Amino acid sequence: MDRYLLIVSTVCFLAAVVHTIVELRAGLFRPMRFNFFAIGLGFIFQTAFLSVRGHALGRCPLTNLFEVFVFLAWSVALMYMLVGPPYRLSLMGAFTAPLVVLLQGFALVAPIDIRHPVKAPANPWLEFHASISIVAYGAFALACIAGVMYLIQERQLKTHQLHSIFYHLPPLTHLFATITRLLWWGFALYTLGIVSGFFTGHPLPRVQVVAAIGVWLLYATILQGRHLRWFAPRRVATLCIIGFSVALALLWGIEFTAEMSPLP
Amino acid sequence: MNLFCLGLSHHTADVATREQFTGSATTESILRQTGCAEALLLTTCNRVEVYAVSQKRVSTDEIARCLTRRIDIDPHDYAPPFYRYEAEKCVQHLFRVASGLDSMVVGESEIFGQSKKAYESARTSGAVGPYLHRLFQRAFRVAKQVRTHTDIARGAVSVGSVAIDLAQRIFGKLSECKVLVLGAGETSERTARALISRGVRDLRVANRSIERAGELAQAVGGRAVLFDEWATQCREIDILITATASETPLLTPGELAPMLRERLDRPLFIIDIAVPRDVDPGVNEMEGVYLYDIDSIRSVAEQSLALRRQQIAAAEAIIAEHVADFVDSISRGLNRPSQAAEHSPLGENPLRASEL
Repeated sequence: MDRYLLIVSTVCFLAAVVHTIVELRAGLFRPMRFNFFAIGLGFIFQTAFLSVRGHALGRCPLTNLFEVFVFLAWSVALMYMLVGPPYRLSLMGAFTAPLVVLLQGFALVAPIDIRHPVKAPANPWLEFHASISIVAYGAFALACIAGVMYLIQERQLKTHQLHSIFYHLPPLTHLFATITRLLWWGFALYTLGIVSGFFTGHPLPRVQVVAAIGVWLLYATILQGRHLRWFAPRRVATLCIIGFSVALALLWGIEFTAEMSPLP
Repeated sequence: MNLFCLGLSHHTADVATREQFTGSATTESILRQTGCAEALLLTTCNRVEVYAVSQKRVSTDEIARCLTRRIDIDPHDYAPPFYRYEAEKCVQHLFRVASGLDSMVVGESEIFGQSKKAYESARTSGAVGPYLHRLFQRAFRVAKQVRTHTDIARGAVSVGSVAIDLAQRIFGKLSECKVLVLGAGETSERTARALISRGVRDLRVANRSIERAGELAQAVGGRAVLFDEWATQCREIDILITATASETPLLTPGELAPMLRERLDRPLFIIDIAVPRDVDPGVNEMEGVYLYDIDSIRSVAEQSLALRRQQIAAAEAIIAEHVADFVDSISRGLNRPSQAAEHSPLGENPLRASEL
């Protein structure tokens, strides 16, 4: 039953993607209102899915890779809802929706929704650690999307080849300010996630600790480089894309809470 | 009732012909004496058009005679290339004109204001009745929809407006930007004025003649700086406009590199409108620098025009829907409000109809 909620949610995000493609092909790039509502609806179904799954499990639904991917997609949509309208980056929806479709589509298709045997009762610290870390990933994902938008806009300005999309993307300086804000949010949340991991009362798997610290160091370097002006905005945007790709790839190697707090 | 439009435009007549038929303040009342129940004269630099409603057909010659400024011209002998659109074609033509589709620069918005002004003038003089009132009100609505739902008015098509458009795409609000104008010629002045009109508050002018720099600075509300200081100013500014008569480039990558190190996270937008160019093209390869010379600005203007032309089909679809609805509402009688006009699904979402 809960998978149906996820399918409906994915369809909503897919509608935003299709709408954007249709408008781009017609040369009429007006995705803002439609995309915002489509993503909003998709977010509601995502939340419903996670809520149903969480009640069934009796804990935060982060017990296998399938749930991690869905939770990550939810975090991306959450960050979009939070960051989009205030910074007038509703066009970000046109870029956010494909990522969410990719994450949820993969989760639905791949055989990764495996139920683990029960080994330990639910641990609030562990759940907080896992969920806050994934929400931080959502912020990093959106920084990555803003980075893509920055590079598209920058490329057009440098080459003097301005396409229809140029007039619908935010100004370069606004995009860079948004990237910086998202990096700080993500970094703060991720730090909180890592610190809370030490309060779980269980020894964390070494591979998970090393990967988490690696991601933390990567984003710390990007922020430090930005703060000390080692990196120009274009490099920061590129690093946001690389950083999130690395962080996403590491999810494969991390077995989150499954081993430590399996399903009841 | 016959609804018709008659006119001359840049498509059909040169300026020498158009200026013979611009009409006058009394044209509308003269037109009414010829049998037009309602009449409206639209005159711009690119067109002169009469929109009218009459019980019986009024000939083109009669209208042309009302438009002549010289009494020695007989339009019958002169045979100027007037076009004439009746009924539905007239409605379509006005909607196209008001939306900027018939303009020399496709999508320009000036015609919208000119149409409104012509309508207000005719309404005040009592030359407009219920037919033209509804026709023009609908035309204004169509024009707004076309602008909102297509990219017909997107992008700038003149040197000054391209520069401003690009600056806004880099910095957003220009009120926070610091601008240095290098050279105090006519083009510099025009661009400086355009920037001031878009909210720039910190504008500096440097010129080899400090007096001329002072004059321009005073004229546009900026401040003059010494020409020798311009390189130092580059450390602070966001936008540099150069238009000097220098034979060799004033700014090269080697000179700019140390300045950029101090402003790594702030873009620098350079508009080089000088010929020969004041800025070495290699500067555009530098991190955070966006250099546009006169050719690249023209190229952007041409791209904008091409983009606008791509939108014509979508705009025509919106217009076609409105023409059909308007003609239908007129044929059903003026007293019954048009359903489509009040609650049209097209009005709410014209693109849906256009996409279909």
